Amino acid sequence: MEFGPHLMLAILEGAVGASVLALTALGLSLVFGVMRVVNVAHGEFFMLGAVVAWFVANSIAGHPAIGFLAALAIAPLIAGAVAMLVDRLILKNVAYDPEATIVGTIGVLYILQQSALMIYGPEARPVEPPFSHRIALPWVEWGENGLAFFYPWGLSITSYKLFVIVAAIAILLAFWLVMSRTRLGLIMRATQMDRETALAFGIPVQRVYSIVFGFGAALAALAAVLIVPIQQAHYLMGHDPLLLSFIVVIIGGLGSVRGTIVAALLIGMSDGIISVFLSPTLSKIIATLLVALVLVFRPQGLFGKKMA
Amino acid sequence: MTLKLDGISTGYGQVQVLYDLSFEARPGEVLCLLGRNGAGKTTTLKAIMGLLPLQSGTISLDGQTISTLPAHEVPRQGIAYVPQGRRLFKELTVAENIDVGLMTRGKSAATRERILTMFPRLRERLTQQAETLSGGEQQMLATARALCLDPSVLLLDEPTEGLQPSMIALITDTVRTMRDEGKAVILVEQRIEAVLSLADRVAFIENGHGREVVETQTLRDDPSLLQKYVGI
Repeated sequence: MEFGPHLMLAILEGAVGASVLALTALGLSLVFGVMRVVNVAHGEFFMLGAVVAWFVANSIAGHPAIGFLAALAIAPLIAGAVAMLVDRLILKNVAYDPEATIVGTIGVLYILQQSALMIYGPEARPVEPPFSHRIALPWVEWGENGLAFFYPWGLSITSYKLFVIVAAIAILLAFWLVMSRTRLGLIMRATQMDRETALAFGIPVQRVYSIVFGFGAALAALAAVLIVPIQQAHYLMGHDPLLLSFIVVIIGGLGSVRGTIVAALLIGMSDGIISVFLSPTLSKIIATLLVALVLVFRPQGLFGKKMA
Repeated sequence: MTLKLDGISTGYGQVQVLYDLSFEARPGEVLCLLGRNGAGKTTTLKAIMGLLPLQSGTISLDGQTISTLPAHEVPRQGIAYVPQGRRLFKELTVAENIDVGLMTRGKSAATRERILTMFPRLRERLTQQAETLSGGEQQMLATARALCLDPSVLLLDEPTEGLQPSMIALITDTVRTMRDEGKAVILVEQRIEAVLSLADRVAFIENGHGREVVETQTLRDDPSLLQKYVGI
């Protein structure tokens, strides 16, 4: 394949990765922004979403779309419920102390991971996509008759991958609407800005924390359900999303929704493109280097506010 | 409604700030807390709001104990708080800050109208972010947000700090209006002339201990207590 079509393919693959990463990182960013909790177990909620999706999809007979839709609804609910339980049992009991919550969520990481190993097993299993048509993509070339379209061999994408991109955009829009237009969003934003004053205005901060932690985990699970028809569910699959989410959230600015989405696009796209042309390891090295540069030259992140 | 503090002790973690403090705020009166910096005035207001755990003592509203309630239930009893330094939700708009106030006790659009009529400047700036307001406007918003609870007890922590005279006049007028509407007002204020003109009674606090509670008239006649507790 020539460079042009190859780049287009890499960009599309990158966009799929960026979409899923944006959702996952947004969950991490929301939890940190509102609760000031660094959730090290975030990747495991992603894994939980994928594993639950596999169980749901395999226990429902009929067309794969039915199982997939059921997974799309059930997996985030279960991940959210587990997260709310973690909030009540662990985070609340260490009074949301920054260091204690890190240690606590490391514990949760291993509990979830090993539970998945015991119940789900060590295999990587695919979930059948609800639909998957191969769509050949056109490329333009300057031929004898001027500009002409043609379909290079190998330049194609599946309809499901396009669906992932569209679905992620729809979920991000819905998230934005909830945060900016609803009462729940207003309560979450007020709690994020000033916890004590929120309490003084009748906002049940403890309950808001539970909801936010559940919501963050549900976003990760949702992202995992979208990706699992492409990547397979495995009990160790939470590592990469966790690392990349941290990279995104640090570059974008902890707690900034806009920064998180911009950085997810940047990191997701470059991860996709560099992985295609060079190597996946190199793309992780570059992303990590970028984090180091951001931390040195702009510690609050691209869109973050300096902390008082 | 009468707010009563009965022998409360509290502080931050291991550091005790208030020792066995008692006083009451009655409806239709302005009670001013007076004392040196670090005496525990702000801590007293935070304790009333349930933001600090009590080591001992009780706080009650018309005989109902409120100090055992979770913090977010306290404002729902009708106690509104204007914190020191205003503590607005800075990145929210003026309208959203007011909405948070209205949500506290589920007050309706009628309350919103009434409050915005009291502070027409805020109505002009509804879509502006709170942090872009001037200092005086921010204080208006902090006060308006508290009045959105339609409270029976109003706590104000240095509401005129750093404001220009016209704004100070507006805030003190608002406090008088609240008193005349029969609310119990607890005011922390440093400027003695404001205390003398606004307060009905003054409660002195010294190093976390409650001292004399006197009628303001007594202080006007004999300022020796001011000399003793605030050094003026």
